[in-house]
Amino acid sequence: MPALDTIQKLEILADAAKYDASCASSGTAKRNSKGGKGIGSTEGMGICHAYAPDGRCISLLKILLTNHCIFDCHYCVNRKSSNVRRARFTPQEVADLTLTFYRRNYIEGLFLSSGIIKSGNHTMEMLVETARILREDHDFRGYIHLKTIPEADPELVHQAGLFADRVSINVELPTDSGLTRLAPDKNARQIEGAMGGMKSAIVQAKDERKRFRNAPRFAPGGQSTQMIVGADAASDADIVGKASRLYDNFGLRRVYYSAFSPIPDASAVLPLKRPPLMREHRLYQSDWLMRFYGFAPREVMQATEADGNLPLDIDPKLAWALKFRDAFPVDVNRAPKEKLLRVPGLGTKAVGQILASRRHRSLRLDDVAKLTVSIAKVRPFICTLDWRPTMLTDRTDLRSLLAPKQEQLELFAA
Amino acid sequence: MPEPDDFAFWRDAARQLVQARIAPDQVAWSEPGSSGSLFAIGSTELPSPLPGAAVVKASKRFQSLARNAAVHSDPERFALLYEMLWRLQGNSRLMEDKADPLVRRIEEMDKAVRRDAHKMHAFVRFRKVSDEDANDHYVAWFEPDHHIVRREAGFFVRRFANMHWSILTPRGCLHWDGETLRESGPAQKADAPQGDPAEDLWRSYYASIFNPARLKIGAMLKEMPRKYWKNMPEAELIPQLIAGAQKRESQMVDAGSMVAEDRPESLEAIERAISACSRCPIGDLDNKAVMGEGPPDARLMIVGEQPGDVEDQQGRPFVGPAGQVLNAALEKIGLDREVAFVTNAVKHFKYQQRGKRRIHQSPNAKEIDLCRWWHEAEREIVKPDIVLALGASAGRAMLGRTVSISRQRGEPIALDDGSELWITAHPSYLLRLDGEAREKQVQLFEQDLRSVKERLAALAD
Ligand code: SF4
Repeated sequence: MPALDTIQKLEILADAAKYDASCASSGTAKRNSKGGKGIGSTEGMGICHAYAPDGRCISLLKILLTNHCIFDCHYCVNRKSSNVRRARFTPQEVADLTLTFYRRNYIEGLFLSSGIIKSGNHTMEMLVETARILREDHDFRGYIHLKTIPEADPELVHQAGLFADRVSINVELPTDSGLTRLAPDKNARQIEGAMGGMKSAIVQAKDERKRFRNAPRFAPGGQSTQMIVGADAASDADIVGKASRLYDNFGLRRVYYSAFSPIPDASAVLPLKRPPLMREHRLYQSDWLMRFYGFAPREVMQATEADGNLPLDIDPKLAWALKFRDAFPVDVNRAPKEKLLRVPGLGTKAVGQILASRRHRSLRLDDVAKLTVSIAKVRPFICTLDWRPTMLTDRTDLRSLLAPKQEQLELFAA
Repeated sequence: MPEPDDFAFWRDAARQLVQARIAPDQVAWSEPGSSGSLFAIGSTELPSPLPGAAVVKASKRFQSLARNAAVHSDPERFALLYEMLWRLQGNSRLMEDKADPLVRRIEEMDKAVRRDAHKMHAFVRFRKVSDEDANDHYVAWFEPDHHIVRREAGFFVRRFANMHWSILTPRGCLHWDGETLRESGPAQKADAPQGDPAEDLWRSYYASIFNPARLKIGAMLKEMPRKYWKNMPEAELIPQLIAGAQKRESQMVDAGSMVAEDRPESLEAIERAISACSRCPIGDLDNKAVMGEGPPDARLMIVGEQPGDVEDQQGRPFVGPAGQVLNAALEKIGLDREVAFVTNAVKHFKYQQRGKRRIHQSPNAKEIDLCRWWHEAEREIVKPDIVLALGASAGRAMLGRTVSISRQRGEPIALDDGSELWITAHPSYLLRLDGEAREKQVQLFEQDLRSVKERLAALAD
């Protein structure tokens, strides 16, 4: 086979990374390149430098070092038994590519992942070497996210944390049985063990920096993980339960959900149809409910239907409200913040604005309307100075009144 | 106003006007190049403060909003800000009233400016050129909506501190040589360089990282409105990426031979389906699909690798030489072949033609995985308590991973559907051995069969 040129390799190795959901580049330490020899800055908030037609933001050069792999996970396009085209970058090539793009302001940095070549350790060494070249040889101060290999030696994984802003270790599937079935070479205990190790290293490094200002930074952007949705039979309730355990046990910054996409060379054990993207969206919404709206995981699970899945036609907050109608209506002029956050259609920002405005005067329905996207959605659940829903929360057809029209759903879910 | 983005000038002037008690409707603000001054009939001298005038108050919130709103391109911005400052003297907490129209308008201007600044950080695209000293110089062309260029210089200086760069815009330009920042007047798009070989790389990246299985054009447009596209090299690909997405997705699906069909629900339906199947290349050879046989409710399922030459001719599983080895062993330990459902992991005979002979070829992992679809359908119908896999291919079909027979024989492995998997050698392996080695393997084989027989009996109790 003739040697592939850089463009061809980039095509193959970026294509192989497109199933990865995470791309965020925020939440790390602030840095800039003044006074250094190199390039780059991070200012807290990451920047999306472009958007792809799939609606996702492009902020990092997200590629695989190689898509050769000795593992054989069924949901993965790079598995050993797949016959996709293979390519391999050297750490130096990836570092050069990152700098070429960064200098033109195309990206915030690098998100590097890899198929397992030779062994977990060898692969991890290559990933770390790429980050080292960037940081040490080029004094690169932009963002680096490394996917770490749970099978690798903890010492190598630790080095990754010293160079990277964020590290991630994918749990892949929400249930251990799903993992055993679809990722036979992986081991749930090993994955969680690696996450646990990473968590203690992050905590320890934070602690050391409090005491010694010069202690090295260690993954200041924390760790994250990704779960594939719809490749096995796990329900949304299973997934939400798993995610909340991961947040609790490993102090994760984010759990990303990736709707299983049809992949070339998919194996026969996978479902034939991809799950609706709306399902992924509902899971992210439930994630927000837990992170920003004070919902307990148990409460999100209460919003699921008999099959354990969140409804697709309405958002989880509305689903919860329809199930717990006696929690409403909420008086916008008197209710505490927690109660206001439960009202379908009121976001955190609107709630903040209501709290600020009502210090000055009592709010009317009109005032609330100015602060929300759709007052129609909010109205059945609130009281204002001039409005009280008349038994609207008891109407059995409330759900159909509030659910978006079916055609719209189809369009959005496509 | 001396400059359209001179907040400090506005602040000082506004302070004096308030202290002189000049009401908002008495003041006209005009910036360079605007026609506002034509209507100014009063004095352009700033009045002096009234004696004993109170200190001018402005909340923190107002000050931070005003700094942004002041560089908005709305010609009324200075007047609106002045009106706000004026009203703030009577009600210092006015900014908290989110329902007030003026508060909202200023907040919107602030938001628009912050958004514009954010888009500048994101969408400036440098192109590499070389200056006379052959140092790399990076030049960008950008068209901001508001007067933000000077304000945003710091971001680029901090990020690209050691690069030489220029950002050209119709509202003024910035130049950084690694040490000092210089400003110059408005530029035109033609002043900026064209093309950069890195753009081809970037476009390849942009096209490849996009997942055609998930088109969300609205979400893209919301964050990257069309007005920015013309200065972003990757954006020219968008129409063709969208148009090709459907095709790429179906190619992705076809490449895996995944057809959205339902799994057959009877053994007859499976038989019909496999004779027409060409999910993998084996199905396209000159051969017939061979269906499993045995009681449809058998408690034991025996799974081989694939039909051989004889099986292909007769259309029945395990009737060739390997079948005879299997039959003899079953007979010896006293297990009736008729109670088992005997089938294969792969339904077609894979071979290589050598002259008149068809030489057996083992199916590869991908073929086994594809054919697993049919095998699982059989298993769903028969629902055996125990599955006995003969050989590594059958083991792989059941577990989806490569198995080692020597390590996994002799012990049950739990399967998802609650049945037990036992793994042993394939009888054709025994056929290839001689003498002592064969003796030993035959014994192990029979021992495995015996364990299965005992386990069946135990499960029946
Ligand atoms: S061997 Fe299996 S997957 Fe391949 S064509 Fe035959 S029945 Fe289909």
